[in-house]
Amino acid sequence: MRNFVFYSGLCALALFLGACDAFLPAAIPSEETLDGALEGLDQSQRRMHIEGDAAFNDQLFTAETGLGPCFVASSCGACHAGDGKGHPFTTLTRYSHSDGAGNQFLGAPQLQNRAIPGFAPEALPSGAPHSSFTPPAVTGLGFIELVSDADILAMADPDDADGDGISGVPNWNTIPSFITPVPNAISQNGKYIGRFGKKASTHNLFQQTVTAYNQDMGITSTFLPTNPINYAAGTHPVPSGGPVVTDEDVNAVVFYLQTLKAPLQRSAASVEKGKLLFSQIGCEKCHRETLKTGFSPIAPLSQKEIHPYTDLLLHDMGPELDDGYTEGSATNPEWRTPPLWGLGLSENSQGGRLFLMHDGRAHSLEAAILLHGGEGDKSRSEFKKLSDGDKQALLDFLRSL
Amino acid sequence: MIRSLLITLCVLSSSLLLAQTDSLGQQADDSTMNFEANYDRPFLSGASSSLALGGYMEANTLYAGTDGIEEGFSFQFRRLTLFASSTISPNIRFLTEIEFEDGTKEINIEYAAVDLMLHPLANVRGGIVVNPIGAFNQKHDGPQWDFVDRPIEAVELLGATLSNVGVGLYGKAFASDLSFGYEVYLTNGFDEAVIDNDLNRTSLAAGKVNVEKFEESHSGLPMFTGKVAAKLRNVGELGISYMTGVYNEWQIDGVEVDEKRSLNVLAVDLNASITSSTELRGEVAFVSLDVPSTYSQQFGSKQWGGYVDVVQRFYEGPVLVFDNATLALALRGEYVDLNDGTFNETGDAIGDEVTSFTGGIAFRPSAPVVIKANYKYSIITDLLGNPPAYASALLFGIAAYF
Repeated sequence: MRNFVFYSGLCALALFLGACDAFLPAAIPSEETLDGALEGLDQSQRRMHIEGDAAFNDQLFTAETGLGPCFVASSCGACHAGDGKGHPFTTLTRYSHSDGAGNQFLGAPQLQNRAIPGFAPEALPSGAPHSSFTPPAVTGLGFIELVSDADILAMADPDDADGDGISGVPNWNTIPSFITPVPNAISQNGKYIGRFGKKASTHNLFQQTVTAYNQDMGITSTFLPTNPINYAAGTHPVPSGGPVVTDEDVNAVVFYLQTLKAPLQRSAASVEKGKLLFSQIGCEKCHRETLKTGFSPIAPLSQKEIHPYTDLLLHDMGPELDDGYTEGSATNPEWRTPPLWGLGLSENSQGGRLFLMHDGRAHSLEAAILLHGGEGDKSRSEFKKLSDGDKQALLDFLRSL
Repeated sequence: MIRSLLITLCVLSSSLLLAQTDSLGQQADDSTMNFEANYDRPFLSGASSSLALGGYMEANTLYAGTDGIEEGFSFQFRRLTLFASSTISPNIRFLTEIEFEDGTKEINIEYAAVDLMLHPLANVRGGIVVNPIGAFNQKHDGPQWDFVDRPIEAVELLGATLSNVGVGLYGKAFASDLSFGYEVYLTNGFDEAVIDNDLNRTSLAAGKVNVEKFEESHSGLPMFTGKVAAKLRNVGELGISYMTGVYNEWQIDGVEVDEKRSLNVLAVDLNASITSSTELRGEVAFVSLDVPSTYSQQFGSKQWGGYVDVVQRFYEGPVLVFDNATLALALRGEYVDLNDGTFNETGDAIGDEVTSFTGGIAFRPSAPVVIKANYKYSIITDLLGNPPAYASALLFGIAAYF
């Protein structure tokens, strides 16, 4: 009996151990998740990507480590769960420095609506033109950064020369002194083309990262060394005593964003009809399926054909989306065409619901389509005319992205 | 809150009913209560000395993965704890417990208190005391448990093992088969790290790390912890405990800089012997605290959770060279809601929940030593309530008193 119990237990244990991999949860298929590194990175690039991943997702700032005092979120990952679209919990409020009547609003352009204990958060100045921005997905941004200015300009049609009702203009904006323009950047009157942000006001991922640290988290860097000031409360934050985030971490996060994979389409073969309809009713005129990247020292990003479904241009979306807020050369109703890749996985990072359009006001794909006015009005009308089956096919296509 | 109270009541009432169905079974004739666990340990003492020494160690292997991403295989030395006690005089005694966690990563005086035993119902204890919140916190030695991991509720919600410097009273009374016990202490409290930590969630465990806590109460006010428990011999013990205090530095140099922000914890625990070979343990805790409304909802104002363990001994007898070995099947179900509330922006429920199930076998070659094999499966929901992550772990551990 002594030995029987022992050896029975040992055998059971050995069987269990031998099959231990089978007891681990299955991996999520790559096309069902947004996070993950580009295929083809070399070992040193993978290591850098992992360092950036840690800084982006695991570096959680506290009052003690420099958060705030006013802030919106305490980490990059808080706004971009799983590298996907954000939730209204971390929606950003942007407001203008001035309104049409000449009123000035200190503290613009971003509201820090939270504060560490003992401090007051910012309040939106009365009368300030403002808009809400839902955090976007961050996957595939490295490819978008590499679309050349020349290609973006080639898609622009500011005077609607082809008469299709769609113009499309780039956002020419002043870039901060700490930004080096992207290779082969085209400038106009000292301004450069922006491609990131709801109104395409941000030139590259470095600018986006440094600004987000500062404006979203109240984290200083050597590039933006002072915390946002809460003018309304009359309290200037105590100097942080030097940059909170290191240059290394900033660079690692930029590299991480650059080397995230592009979202992968699912069930492409079964949504061909929807894809055709997408093109036929004119959606593809702005949501351009295919762009190409320029040279990059990161081989998997270099000279690639990509399918982000955007033209990176600003379009007048009509009064429905006119929030009265401007950035760079973007006028109130002008919004950058958002990339649609990854759209079908949005619910997985938005708490199981959809919060679409720039401020999350659309809770379904159909509602989002129906909010397209201005240059999108013609496509919206064509969508309304589709049969229920065709509408469904189109929506299935969008969900496959 | 109503849902959680209902679950609590169901768990506790069913446990008591189960226990009562076999209350005449062959239970250990033991009236020792959880709050006496500190002194209810194997100690080594010399014949000519009032000093007693002892301790325990816990080590394990870990093979884990989340959503198909394997975290690899590791050995872990979780803790080495040394006890020393001394009977200073017939009615004065001292006990200390010094713990080394994860090698020497954390070294803590977890307990160091003098007891003045004045009367069975009124004994004074002062020094570094274990806050009597929940049963696990009082009785946390690895060799006493049949699972490698501590309950999530005890670790994440109560910060087990939670101890602090303070003073208080404890006592015990008997009435037939019933024992009643109580503990009440005033101790130093937590600090702002409860809601300002790199876990990015409300965490009492984070708030206990403050190295200054043994020399000053961060809020300048004492924290109260009290527990009452009743034990019916051969059935089980039911305890209710409560902890309350101010956790923030609300005044600096006499100048008021914030409101007094309080923290309250209620815990209900039960352990019952269903049959002579079946034991049931469970605990539920509710945490509520005052979080500034202008701060982030990432840090919740309410948390709750609990666990239920069922341990079934299925073999007692000789195994190899061990004459009195036992084998037990151990099952644990646990759930914690680390941020119980709804988003201001959407009205949707905030996530940050963990549900976990553990199954295992515990082999005791002799009573003070336990070898454990556990499989743990966890479902983890993030703050936003996105589709959960699935994690599992295979753990083999040993815990032994010495």
